[in-house]
Amino acid sequence: MSQYVLEMIGIHKHFPGVHALKGVDLRVKPATVHGIMGENGAGKSTLMKVAIGLYKADAGTIRFKGEEVSFNTIHEALERGISMIHQELSPLPYMTVAQNIFLGREILNRWGLIDHKAIDREAAKILEELKINIPPTRIMGELSVAQMQLVEIAEAVSRNAELVIMDEPTSALTEKEVEHLFEIIRNLKARGVAVVYISHKMDEIFKITDEVSVYRDGELIDCRKTSELNRETLIKMMVGRSIDQFFQKSNAHIGEPVLEVEGLSRRGIFRDISFTLRRGEILGFAGLVGAGRTEVMETLFGIYPKEKGTIRIKGKEVDIRSPYDAIRNGMAFLTEDRKRSGLYLNLSVRDNIAIASLKEHLKGFLINHARIRSICEQAVATLSIKTPNLDQQVMFLSGGNQQKVLVSRWLATSPDILILDEPTRGIDVGAKAEIYKLMSTLAQEGKAIILVSSEMPEILAMSDRIVVMHEGEKIGELTREEATPEKVLHMATGEPLETFQVAH
Amino acid sequence: MSRLNSNLLSILKKYSILFILIGLVLVISVLSGGVFLRITNLLNVLRQISVIGIISLGVTMVIITAGIDLSSGAIVAIVSVVVATLLQSPTAADRLFKGGQPWPVLPVLLIGLAIGAFGGFLNGGLIAKFKIPPFVATLGMMTFARGWAFIYSEGRPRGSLIPQFEVIGQGNFLSIPNPAWILILCVIITHIILKHTLWGRYTYALGSNMQAAIVSGINTNRYIVLVYTYAGFLSAVASIVLTARIGSGQPGLGMSYELDAIAASVIGGTSLSGGIGSAGGALIGALIIGVMKNGLDILNVSADFQQVMRAIIIVVAVIIDVRKNIKKS
Repeated sequence: MSQYVLEMIGIHKHFPGVHALKGVDLRVKPATVHGIMGENGAGKSTLMKVAIGLYKADAGTIRFKGEEVSFNTIHEALERGISMIHQELSPLPYMTVAQNIFLGREILNRWGLIDHKAIDREAAKILEELKINIPPTRIMGELSVAQMQLVEIAEAVSRNAELVIMDEPTSALTEKEVEHLFEIIRNLKARGVAVVYISHKMDEIFKITDEVSVYRDGELIDCRKTSELNRETLIKMMVGRSIDQFFQKSNAHIGEPVLEVEGLSRRGIFRDISFTLRRGEILGFAGLVGAGRTEVMETLFGIYPKEKGTIRIKGKEVDIRSPYDAIRNGMAFLTEDRKRSGLYLNLSVRDNIAIASLKEHLKGFLINHARIRSICEQAVATLSIKTPNLDQQVMFLSGGNQQKVLVSRWLATSPDILILDEPTRGIDVGAKAEIYKLMSTLAQEGKAIILVSSEMPEILAMSDRIVVMHEGEKIGELTREEATPEKVLHMATGEPLETFQVAH
Repeated sequence: MSRLNSNLLSILKKYSILFILIGLVLVISVLSGGVFLRITNLLNVLRQISVIGIISLGVTMVIITAGIDLSSGAIVAIVSVVVATLLQSPTAADRLFKGGQPWPVLPVLLIGLAIGAFGGFLNGGLIAKFKIPPFVATLGMMTFARGWAFIYSEGRPRGSLIPQFEVIGQGNFLSIPNPAWILILCVIITHIILKHTLWGRYTYALGSNMQAAIVSGINTNRYIVLVYTYAGFLSAVASIVLTARIGSGQPGLGMSYELDAIAASVIGGTSLSGGIGSAGGALIGALIIGVMKNGLDILNVSADFQQVMRAIIIVVAVIIDVRKNIKKS
């Protein structure tokens, strides 16, 4: 019996034009949490897909519990005891929790029919063992993302998985839900299950993992005990250089108001939101998931109709009924969900960059392709977007590069007001730093920026002012100087700033 | 070395449909002992595919929006009977309007095109404004237009059309059949729309990701209506070509043409999940179907068996398309 539950040795994987994995190793010990870090495009996801049989390695050996394996399908991996909790969950929303857990392995009664009672009973047992407080008869579609994730973990446990792979499990979770997830992970560990934990978030890596493997450009940089590492060494391993200034916020001249919002409301979603955004300013919007920040931005941008309230741009009242109106008035909106409302995955990098500014580049009825081409080439160069050419379909780019493509799309419309909703979600450290630097530069150029973010360090470091929202209401505003993580959190739970000063 | 291979592979993949067409032509040429390659036969192929080819251009645009159009064949029928009725010579035995004179050709063509475009406009309106799934909306239009074709013509074909009209389908220009010229013109126009206008680029965008298209400031409803209107318009063009070629308007005309057009479009590389497709691809798809039909005719293969062959080709084309997409995601 080997000392490792999973051993991957010298794994190579080629895709057309890319050598994604260049002889990579991964060794996971039983009953440990093994962190995997690396910039997007480092090969983490590819490696995991090789592990579970979604991709076939071009070369290399995989051993599971000391035995050489080569899975052809996810199903084979599942049977042997490897489960993966995906970034994008895919439950059946109209079925119950129990039915989802036992999907494909339904318990049958003696007539060969599905024994729903037994399924509910077994599911309840597993959920209780894991201390997951969800009734097995709940309809899956009614659950939050966090709860769905827990159900998937329960499914993995019910399959007697000995290795559970989690790909960015916390990207859509609140802090409290993350705590709960960690409890479950420790629980898994105690049961002897090994967990491979892929994340971009340093805090989580230090909090939950026992060992970390760091990958860069398709190679394993090092595998170390987490206790031997600190933030700086980890960042250095990931990017191959140290980032002294991760958040690059330089002072910009803050000028006259560009956007004035007064009493903006949408029934049942948010009420009476007022704020002012100035030239050269970065205005942060903090709050917990579900505070209504994204909804405010979607309404500002004309995706949904407002119920009440006035919007003034450069002192003039505007009537924004569609994103078209918003763009015409100099607004740009980088949405929170890249795949759902941002990217045209099967279109080219060029189409993705040009789409929102196409009508600026017409010769009569026809599109001036030469000009579009030069704009796109320039964008690829300025933001150093890694793509073999402009005709590459954007789905082949890494998350960070996809995000840069979207940023380029909006910059091409030369906006005055940029709304960035979670601009660094799910992208690697290097790309994050580049986005921060870009935000800083844009503010210096006199653009006004709204930054909606759930990442505390990001919002504190980048914002000139912070608006804090809670359940559809604006609780208050903090200046850069007075903002602390404690104050922001305090307000994000719905308490006004005054009570903070009293209480502490 | 591996890079060279993968480049070669991607080129092969990109033009795989064209290679299939060339291969098909070679095989049929050999099997038919050269009969297939005779000029008269090749021109015949062009004439045969022109109607489905023209329809498939509009259908391709519809499929790029991730929609579908089942009404093409029925629009062919309604346009056919209206146009034919207005252009019957005074001596025709089956004249619907006794005693009158045939209308001048040009206004009748405009009326025919307008009817087709209006049918498409209704499709687009139902889909964009009332959010009716394209399958259902165009299924409704299919039955609706077919019904009107029978009502209007009293269920009878209208023959003895004036020769100035018939020349559209039967004449030649520079010894190439007029229908082929019309097809080529439609391919060029559709290509320009798709590649070189806002309308075309927005069509790809909204088919690829509707939500993203809305956020990008695209008036998606307007462009959806425009695409379906254009598809209806092209069905009318095809109808005029066909009616002129066979010299009569028939309410039963164009039965299941929508399926042939969808097949041509899909064989030509249009992805049913939206965002991918081209005018050139649709043309090649129509050519593959046409060449195969013509070749099998020469080889004396029965029509029934031809249907089976066509089914196999369609399924294989879709498998290729699906596999391409799986590799990407």
